[in-house]
Amino acid sequence: MNILQAENLSISFTRYTGWLRREVIMPVRQLDLTLEAGEITAVVGASGSGKSLLAHAILGILPVNAKVGGSIRYRGEILTPAKQARLRGEDIILVPQSVTYLDPLMRSGTQVRLAARSSDPLKLQREAFRRYRLEREVELMYPHQLSGGMARRIMAASAFVSGARLIIADEPTPGMQAEDVAETMRWFRELADQGHAVLLITHDLESAVTGADKIAVMNAGMTVEWLPASHFSGRGEMIRHPYSRALWNSLPANNFSLPQASFRKVSGGQEGPGCPLAACCELATARCREELPGMREVMKGWVRCHAS
Amino acid sequence: MGAPGWLKYACGKLIRLASLLAAVSIITFALISWSPIDPVQAYIGADMMKVGAEQREEIAAYWGLDQPPVERFLRWAGAIMQGDFGNSMIYREPVVEVIGQRFWYSLTLMAAAWLLSGLFGFAAGSAAAMNRGGRLDRSIQWVCHTLASTPSFWLGLLLLMVFAVWLGWLPAGLGVPAGVAAEHITIADRIRHMLLPAAALSITGISAVALHTRQKLINVLDSDYILYARAKGERGWQLYRNHGLRNIALPAMSLQLASISELFGGAVLAEQVFTYPGLGQATVQAGLRGDVPLLMGLVLFSTLFVFAGNTAADVLYRLVDPRMRGYEHDSRIV
Repeated sequence: MNILQAENLSISFTRYTGWLRREVIMPVRQLDLTLEAGEITAVVGASGSGKSLLAHAILGILPVNAKVGGSIRYRGEILTPAKQARLRGEDIILVPQSVTYLDPLMRSGTQVRLAARSSDPLKLQREAFRRYRLEREVELMYPHQLSGGMARRIMAASAFVSGARLIIADEPTPGMQAEDVAETMRWFRELADQGHAVLLITHDLESAVTGADKIAVMNAGMTVEWLPASHFSGRGEMIRHPYSRALWNSLPANNFSLPQASFRKVSGGQEGPGCPLAACCELATARCREELPGMREVMKGWVRCHAS
Repeated sequence: MGAPGWLKYACGKLIRLASLLAAVSIITFALISWSPIDPVQAYIGADMMKVGAEQREEIAAYWGLDQPPVERFLRWAGAIMQGDFGNSMIYREPVVEVIGQRFWYSLTLMAAAWLLSGLFGFAAGSAAAMNRGGRLDRSIQWVCHTLASTPSFWLGLLLLMVFAVWLGWLPAGLGVPAGVAAEHITIADRIRHMLLPAAALSITGISAVALHTRQKLINVLDSDYILYARAKGERGWQLYRNHGLRNIALPAMSLQLASISELFGGAVLAEQVFTYPGLGQATVQAGLRGDVPLLMGLVLFSTLFVFAGNTAADVLYRLVDPRMRGYEHDSRIV
């Protein structure tokens, strides 16, 4: 079942440079995404490609000077700010990336209970603690007493007790050892198996490929390709977009083979008629520089590229 | 906090207090000895013409002013060690008694101003930060900046003009009604006399508290954990109570306790404007009339008072903030 659908989503910020000069920057310019219940969808991209903003845009917690274009539908209905306020914590929950997202002066058990949507938060919290292998005394600990792993479990437990249908994990695995990554991914898999939709925002393509069902690749504020995770295999023959393929082939496991073109991060500020990647793509043609590619349906996914 | 750690902390504080008191008394004494005010002249006042040079020397000798300053200081310090603060020259009473009487006037005045500025400032600052950028925020900031740039003595005069002179609601000065026998003075009388000085003293304090609270709360609201709390559906009053209040209460309390020194300074001016018989007024009198024993006593006493405030802030942090508590409760060791 289609839980969330983002269409042509853009996020821009207005800021003042100097006294009266206004500057508009658009870190997210063309984002399309569909999340299904029971599936993990990973949004993969380099840092600065606008991934975290996507999470904040879905939750409606962007800064006040942000402007959102396009549309996000939740279970078929357009997400308005009022609707987002109602759904936050109820239907949609965030799993943040680090311990700084926990209130430093509140005991961890209380923080989990605050997220619980239940008539008996304590019971639910204890159940979540057992589930995520947290000792009973961790309840009384403050965030500064938690190890990084415990903090992650606390945040996973918060998502669990909220009972939200859509779980958005923002960079849940940075700098983690392989077994911790595997454990974290297993939590999300369990939630997906229970019928939740999981949106995984990450720059770690490797863990996304092993843990997710679908992968959306982002660059320069655009989703360039949406494809099943299983297509990332071999030398990337089933990957359509040159950037996705370059990303895949540059992984250590794939012999570090240098990408066919050096896809540097493209500044989100520059505006041109064509594909923002045209300047650094080897396959780019004259058409790429003049016309922004649209979404093209391909087998089990879509791609935004003229050349592929 | 275990007993050894606790004891070590207390000893450290005591040593610091002793050296602070010693330094403050030496500096005060040095400043008085260099001051151009001649205590004898200040004491005799308008009768100066009638008093001969011989008599003046006798008075000076009676007070011990004929001796070199260092010797006078050592004698004073020796007496202090035995608990003798000496006699006030202008009030002709033991210094301890002068301070004792006036302390209660000042304490009630300062406590009222302290509570008022703390509560109103905290509420105003919180309201402003929670509505950041809105109309309420801008008006609160505007009022605060106006108040912050208002001298408290001028504000005192303004209050006197409006409430004492024009409206006649409140008395214009003194700590108790004039011409009323001591046993007929009620608590209501005392409160009526305290209202205007307390208002003058607290109003200027409100702006500092409000602006600090606002800034601190804005920092808290910009934090990751507030973003996460909002993502979990918390908002408005619930968000403020769960995370905002919790994270600004401690800094606000410590700031408020540390502001006692400023309060003391403000009280000197406010008491002077309202002829309120507190410690501040006594300090001004002692300074202007060269009453060394009283001034020294007052300085030591106020040092102690301010030190107590700062120590309370420090202790509060150690007791309340889980991050500052001892490591024996730290379960990371497990």
